Amino acid sequence: MKRKVSILEHEWVPKHEVMSESEVEELLRKYGIGKDQLPRIKVTDPVIKEIGAKEGDVVKITRRSKTAGRSVYYRLVVAR
Amino acid sequence: MTLKRIKSVRFGILGPTEIRKMSVSEIITPDTYDEDGFPIDLGLMSQKLGVIDPGLRCKTCGGRMVECPGHFGHIELAYPVIHIGFVKKIHKVLSATCRSCGRVMLDESERMRFIEEFDKIKRTGGDIEDFENVVKDVFRAAAKSECPFCGERQLRIRFEKPASYYEVDEEGGERRLMPTDVRARLERIPDEDVRLLGMDPENARPEWMVLTVLPVPPVTARPSITLETGQRSEDDLTHKLVDILRINQRLIQNKDAGAPQLIIEDLWELLQYHVATFLDNEIPGVPPARHRSGRPLKGIAQRLKGKEGRFRGSLSGKRVNFSARTVISPDPNISIDEVGVPETIAKELTVTVYVTPRNIEDMRETVRRGPRHPGANYVRRPDGRKLKVTEKNCESLAAELDVGWRVERHLRDGDIVLFNRQPSLHRLSIMAHYVRVMPGRTFRLNPAVCPPYNADFDGDEMNLHVLQTEEARGEAKILMEVQANIISPRFGRPIIGGLHDHITGMFILTRGFKRFSRDEVLRILRGIEISEIPPPAGYDESGKPFWTGKQIFSVILPPDLNANFRAKFCDKCYERGEACKEDKCDRDSYVIIRNGELLRGVIDDKALGSFKGALIERIYKKYGPSAAKEFINKFTKLAINIITQYGFSYGINDSDLPKEAKDYITEEVLREAIERVKSLQEAYEMGELEPLPGRTEEETLELLVMQELGSARDGAGEVASRYLDIENPAVLMAKSGARGSMLNLTQMSACVGQQSIRGERIKRGYQNRTLPHFRQGDLSAEAHGFVKSSFKDGLTPIEYFFHAAGGREALVDTAVRTSQSGYFQRRLINALQDLSVRYDGTVREARGIIVQFNYGDDGVDPSKSYYERYIDEIVEEVLANHESSDESQVMRESEAEAKAKAEAEAGVEVEAADAQEMMRW
Ligand SMILES: [Mg+2]
Ligand SMILES: [Zn+2]
Ligand SMILES: [Zn+2]
Ligand SMILES: [Zn+2]
Repeated sequence: MKRKVSILEHEWVPKHEVMSESEVEELLRKYGIGKDQLPRIKVTDPVIKEIGAKEGDVVKITRRSKTAGRSVYYRLVVAR
Repeated sequence: MTLKRIKSVRFGILGPTEIRKMSVSEIITPDTYDEDGFPIDLGLMSQKLGVIDPGLRCKTCGGRMVECPGHFGHIELAYPVIHIGFVKKIHKVLSATCRSCGRVMLDESERMRFIEEFDKIKRTGGDIEDFENVVKDVFRAAAKSECPFCGERQLRIRFEKPASYYEVDEEGGERRLMPTDVRARLERIPDEDVRLLGMDPENARPEWMVLTVLPVPPVTARPSITLETGQRSEDDLTHKLVDILRINQRLIQNKDAGAPQLIIEDLWELLQYHVATFLDNEIPGVPPARHRSGRPLKGIAQRLKGKEGRFRGSLSGKRVNFSARTVISPDPNISIDEVGVPETIAKELTVTVYVTPRNIEDMRETVRRGPRHPGANYVRRPDGRKLKVTEKNCESLAAELDVGWRVERHLRDGDIVLFNRQPSLHRLSIMAHYVRVMPGRTFRLNPAVCPPYNADFDGDEMNLHVLQTEEARGEAKILMEVQANIISPRFGRPIIGGLHDHITGMFILTRGFKRFSRDEVLRILRGIEISEIPPPAGYDESGKPFWTGKQIFSVILPPDLNANFRAKFCDKCYERGEACKEDKCDRDSYVIIRNGELLRGVIDDKALGSFKGALIERIYKKYGPSAAKEFINKFTKLAINIITQYGFSYGINDSDLPKEAKDYITEEVLREAIERVKSLQEAYEMGELEPLPGRTEEETLELLVMQELGSARDGAGEVASRYLDIENPAVLMAKSGARGSMLNLTQMSACVGQQSIRGERIKRGYQNRTLPHFRQGDLSAEAHGFVKSSFKDGLTPIEYFFHAAGGREALVDTAVRTSQSGYFQRRLINALQDLSVRYDGTVREARGIIVQFNYGDDGVDPSKSYYERYIDEIVEEVLANHESSDESQVMRESEAEAKAKAEAEAGVEVEAADAQEMMRW
């Protein structure tokens, strides 16, 4: 018997969310950067596939952190 | 200048056309200079190849020595030779292509499949690794015995080191493929097939791996040097090129004369050898080409490779001016932020000073002194002329000196310099110190700053760099001064602090309420800048005043310092489930400081030691770096005065135990343990041993035996420590944290204990036994490395052997670990070197790409954070201040507000506590 488990439910996979255009704009303004200065993640990344993010999207990643308790990270989805 | 972003880098192979195109002259003759010493045209030192003599001009570009970069020449080889760097690749390519038609031997479907795979990688942006994996598959698929295109039967290609290829037929008959044959085959491969092999035909045609033309590096890349004798000494590469040209010439002559093939082949082989060793003179299986003196010549590969090579030696790291290196030795009388510099070094290292109306008198005097110590070596006039200051001209130069000149003066007291000890593993390996010029030949260093450098004085050497600009000096002062680095950025505690005798001395001074007479107090406090001593603690029977050690220590504490903590000496009652008696501690190990007064507790490693330094940390955080520096300077001096006064030594007798103790250890503790091991062994042999869960019987036995013998040693140590009290210097050092441990002491005086290899008892050696002295299968303690003796008593030969076996493992382990961690460190540093924390708290790399949105997630600098270590003390202090200010102030804040204020002051650890709270969900 096969059962498909979503990797998003795994303990070790932090929360990934696709950001709206306005949120992205706000983010870029906050750090004074262009999209190309964001950290990247491949479209082929299992989590990105799972949440259906497209190339050019920015994902917001909320993680547990040893130092800050909770930390937020952003990644630009790229083809390569 | 506009900056451009590098989009890609392309590597290729130089082909003959390209080599000829970039060459300014063909090189034909092996002769370099004529009888008059002039470079010969068409020779290796041709003036067309660049200039290495000052005053001459390049015959190609007309530039002078520095202007002309040098130009390549070329040699037309009489016969092609294999490029030694491509031997493996050539073998693979030959094996994958048809010997007749030159196609890569893939059938139509395979070909389609691979083309599709390459396309896919290009489309999805795969990396080089993905690409190379497909190429690997192509080579595997193309190894066929018959060509799918022309049907030609293929023969196996055998490669023989260093650079020969043979075709082997089914009967084992071999035919040598000469470089000409190899080249002809490679030429036949069509461009589209070359792509299948992972090569780019535009930039790297396979036949270019066989050289027909050799580029001759410009003379600027192989300059000759003129020795004192007037004799010219040529560069290794030039020597090698001469060899190549000689053989090449003979080959041409023989070829033209129609010499027999055998002779030609011999010379050809020789040409192959010379060209190969020119490129790389460390080819395995090839004798290296040697200089007349017998020294192996440096090939091109040797210039680039390794630690001293172009990459690691000249580009990643270089030699620098204004630096010095010598042995270090200790000087506890200089401040921790100073460095003693030998006068000879101070006279060699200079600081450039611009002469201004404000300093002209000082500079005149400096120049007047010339080569005598606080003098100068050079002056530079406004027109740029640099003049050496000598004994003869110093007077006149001093008189001539004027505003706008520059003086390169000697290093002086108070100059700021960078001091460094390798390996520079963390940023504290380079710190700024202030110069103290001293006699002698060594750099002097306060021993308290040894921990950040990881230095000792058994012959260690250190480097010193003199800063040359005001910006550099300013930056060094703010960021790199020793006192700015007392707190380690790694673990947020002092890394600079007392060591060894500092701890011992302070422990002796502050334990209990030792009494000191006026004379003693003054002697102990000598050299510490204080203006008065506190009132005496009391008067003895004869009416003379006395002071306690705690009072003496308090003299160097800031007047409003408060602290509570447990000393290293603490017995850790709380860990045994008893309540800590705190101020009523019978070991006097609960430290209480109120208003700069040490009331209770002993000052030891916990308070002052490097890596712990609870007191140093509090002073640093409350009063700042300079106060902490002063505190360290003072307490080290104080401690040294004490230990000098009190006397402290360790003799061989100090590890003696009374006979009854020794008897008890050998007769009772160890004998019983060995008995128990024996009965365990018997139980095992009878098969009566109950195996532990998940273990075999053997493993269970080993485990139990190890446990038994471990506790036997501990037991012996326990007995020993009953007879050795705190009056014993080794015990004092161990308990105060100055040096050594109780385990060391146990091993010296009671029992060395079990020796182990890979965490197990010693097992290997002969068949079923460790040594021939034991029966096979003997599982007893003695037969597997249990050392009953103490170091003091001495080990039996067998014990000695086991101890050496265990010690060897430790030695090998450290050797392996250091080399591995060194390499890992290099890689990490290369990857992280240009990351920086920006003003907005983000961590970014050189291009501004964000790596962390908030440094360390919480944006906290560990060296500036309080953590939760002494939040209680801070709260208490703020409350106390609050109450005292209440009396004069009408306004009343509630206690809750005060608490909030305290927390705000403590700042970070509130967040840290929150963080911990959050971690729990
Ligand atoms: Mg050393
Ligand atoms: Zn030139
Ligand atoms: Zn063929
Ligand atoms: Zn206690």
